[in-house]
Amino acid sequence: MKVADVLECGKANRSFFTDEHEMFRETLQKYLEREAVPNYDQWEKDRLVPRTFWEGLGRNGFICPEVGEEYGGLGLDFGFSNILGEELSRVGAGILGIATHSNIIVPYIDSFGTEEQKRKYLPKFVTGESISAIAMTEPGAGSDLANIKTNAVRDGDHYVLNGEKTFITNGIHADVVIVACKTDTKIKPGHKGVSLLIVERGMLGFSRGKKLDKVGMHSQDTSELIFEDVRVPVENLLGEEGKGFTYLMQKLQQERLVSANNVLVAAEDMLSLTVNYVKEREAFGKPLSKLQNTQFKIAEIATVIQIGRTFMDDLIVKHINKEDVVTEVSMAKWWITDAAKRISGECMQLHGGYGYMEEYKIARRYRDIAPSTIYAGSNEIMKVIIAKQLGL
Amino acid sequence: MNFEFSEDTKLIVKNVRDFVYNEVDPLANEIEKTDQIPQSLVDKSKEMGLFGLSIPEEYGGLGLDTVSKFAILEEVGKTSNAYTTLIGGHNGIGTVGIVEMGNQEQKRRYLPKLATGEHIGVFALTEPSAGSDAANIKTTAVRLGDKYILNGSKHYITNATIGDVFTVMAVTDPSKGTKGITSFILERNTPGFTVGKKEAKMGLHGAQSVELFFENCEIPIENVLGEPGEGFVNALKILANGRAGLAARNLGSCVKLLELSLDFAMERKQFGKPIFEQQIIQHYLAEMDLEIETLRSLTYRVAWMVDQGMNVVREASMAKLYGSEAYCRIADKAVQIHGGLGYMQDYPIERYYRDARITRIYEGTSEIQKNIISNQLRKKYNLNKENGAALIF
Repeated sequence: MKVADVLECGKANRSFFTDEHEMFRETLQKYLEREAVPNYDQWEKDRLVPRTFWEGLGRNGFICPEVGEEYGGLGLDFGFSNILGEELSRVGAGILGIATHSNIIVPYIDSFGTEEQKRKYLPKFVTGESISAIAMTEPGAGSDLANIKTNAVRDGDHYVLNGEKTFITNGIHADVVIVACKTDTKIKPGHKGVSLLIVERGMLGFSRGKKLDKVGMHSQDTSELIFEDVRVPVENLLGEEGKGFTYLMQKLQQERLVSANNVLVAAEDMLSLTVNYVKEREAFGKPLSKLQNTQFKIAEIATVIQIGRTFMDDLIVKHINKEDVVTEVSMAKWWITDAAKRISGECMQLHGGYGYMEEYKIARRYRDIAPSTIYAGSNEIMKVIIAKQLGL
Repeated sequence: MNFEFSEDTKLIVKNVRDFVYNEVDPLANEIEKTDQIPQSLVDKSKEMGLFGLSIPEEYGGLGLDTVSKFAILEEVGKTSNAYTTLIGGHNGIGTVGIVEMGNQEQKRRYLPKLATGEHIGVFALTEPSAGSDAANIKTTAVRLGDKYILNGSKHYITNATIGDVFTVMAVTDPSKGTKGITSFILERNTPGFTVGKKEAKMGLHGAQSVELFFENCEIPIENVLGEPGEGFVNALKILANGRAGLAARNLGSCVKLLELSLDFAMERKQFGKPIFEQQIIQHYLAEMDLEIETLRSLTYRVAWMVDQGMNVVREASMAKLYGSEAYCRIADKAVQIHGGLGYMQDYPIERYYRDARITRIYEGTSEIQKNIISNQLRKKYNLNKENGAALIF
């Protein structure tokens, strides 16, 4: 009996999978096996995923599967986007910037963009020729998003944008950046003054700060963005002025759902890496897998993963059906990332000294999982949301 | 019971604290980036006497009691863990073999230069097939006249690139299992002895972990450490001694993380006030503080027991186990308090986060410590039974 036969995550057909989902997954898996796996170590060293990889995925129809056919997409359901995220995550967390583009950022334009904006941006997002980023976090505003200082002042048919963003995923590659900024700095409460502006590569005054060195996720580009008197045409306003915060809140359900799910996939990968290792590695004259401590640890990890997967798949189905599951997704986000981080430590431990060496994949997984309890809304913020929903 | 350091110890601790803060910590980032400890810093540390913590005064060391030694290691823990590992490894597993088991001649020959840091001491036990299962080593030493011929390899050997005097475990009689292992003192310039490639590690950059290769290395019989066949027992003793010292180093790193986190929580403003005002942040800090105090009590109690000549097998394992697990938990909380900044390499937090992780693996994994502790329980039970006493505790 293999791990795959017992756990939900290993089953060929998950509860919500149609034949089309399964086909999409198989083709994508084979593609990544060929195009991503052999190059991944190099990308980690380069600290960047080359644009050619994005374009290859785009040519094969893997990016932005939900975008409508009229904009070059396939018009499929969220299940396909989810498969993209899962399969990228299975290779490694460093290439998840592509899923962030496809499943988190592009939907903003898809949902809130004007017809003209959609025609302008979506086709190239689908082909991978154009890369997107969303810029919320600032040096002084992490969890406290309503407190952003980046501001845009209307001047005729332009906004003049000033400010500084940090920790921006896809920051170096990005051709199009959705910038959260204040178009009204006086209004109370502050979040009512937030708007979203679409900033394009090449706009005067828009520059990238340094690429940030992180503990893990090395191949993912994360950088600072700087806006100095950037003149953004008013037609680049996304949705309505002052509604930015509401849009962000609407989309955060999906962002947190995919973040939690990608992390769960990473945990599933760590489990199978570790199961393989403990069966091969011998100590005290027998495989490590024959020690009770090993067996119990693995049993615990597998249980947590199975519970997480059951919860997650339930939420994926509800999300596909467009139900409001903000509270449950907040629960999933903190619980799964918290568990995955613990699991990363336990799996490394079962690898012994080898686990601390970079040539073993578990070392990378351990580094990569660390920020998951912080990004996409820290776990503390998740608990604030849950408590509020409970009327506290 | 007295929980206070002596005046002498307080003075040394203050000197080392100032040295670490002013001379070592400013270089921590450079050590991390270059994967190397600058020679000038090593030289300054020699002047401070930091290489002679475990060595008696008659051989040029500081001749410190264990409480003072641990107090120094705590201070040394408050910076780059690569530096901490250099000092801790040398004063711990790197030299205590010769101090504890060496004969007069060996001590006279090796300790003076180890005490000044002119020579660096290294402990070499681990092999690809023998991590926790240390008895499974494959390196052999065959007696040939008045020499042993050493063949085999070691890996993950800390400080080996700059090492001069190696305590090496090898099988001298394969038929006798653990009783067929002998410990040797091997000098760096022995023909046939080479140091292999540096391993790329997740953390502890600047502390070198490398492979060692022995190809027909000749070791004179005078360099047998202790008696032939006692190598395995020696290795366990050396590790037990190093173990509690590691707890002291971890204690220092935990204190440093609390210091940085408290400072950050007071300075960083979100939602219009310092994040310290969030109850959850206060509780994180309170939990860190509590774990530190627990670790402190455990660690210094071991030191005090060693100074009283008591057996500390159980307590040293507990301190090592608790210290490394607490260090990982505290490092995790420190990252969480720092938020996104904690994950970035501009801040020292992430370095501690990566460095902490190895402490649960090296010098005896957490699981091995639990084996040791429960073995002590078994012994206690059996002894109790023999004596016919009613209560075990």
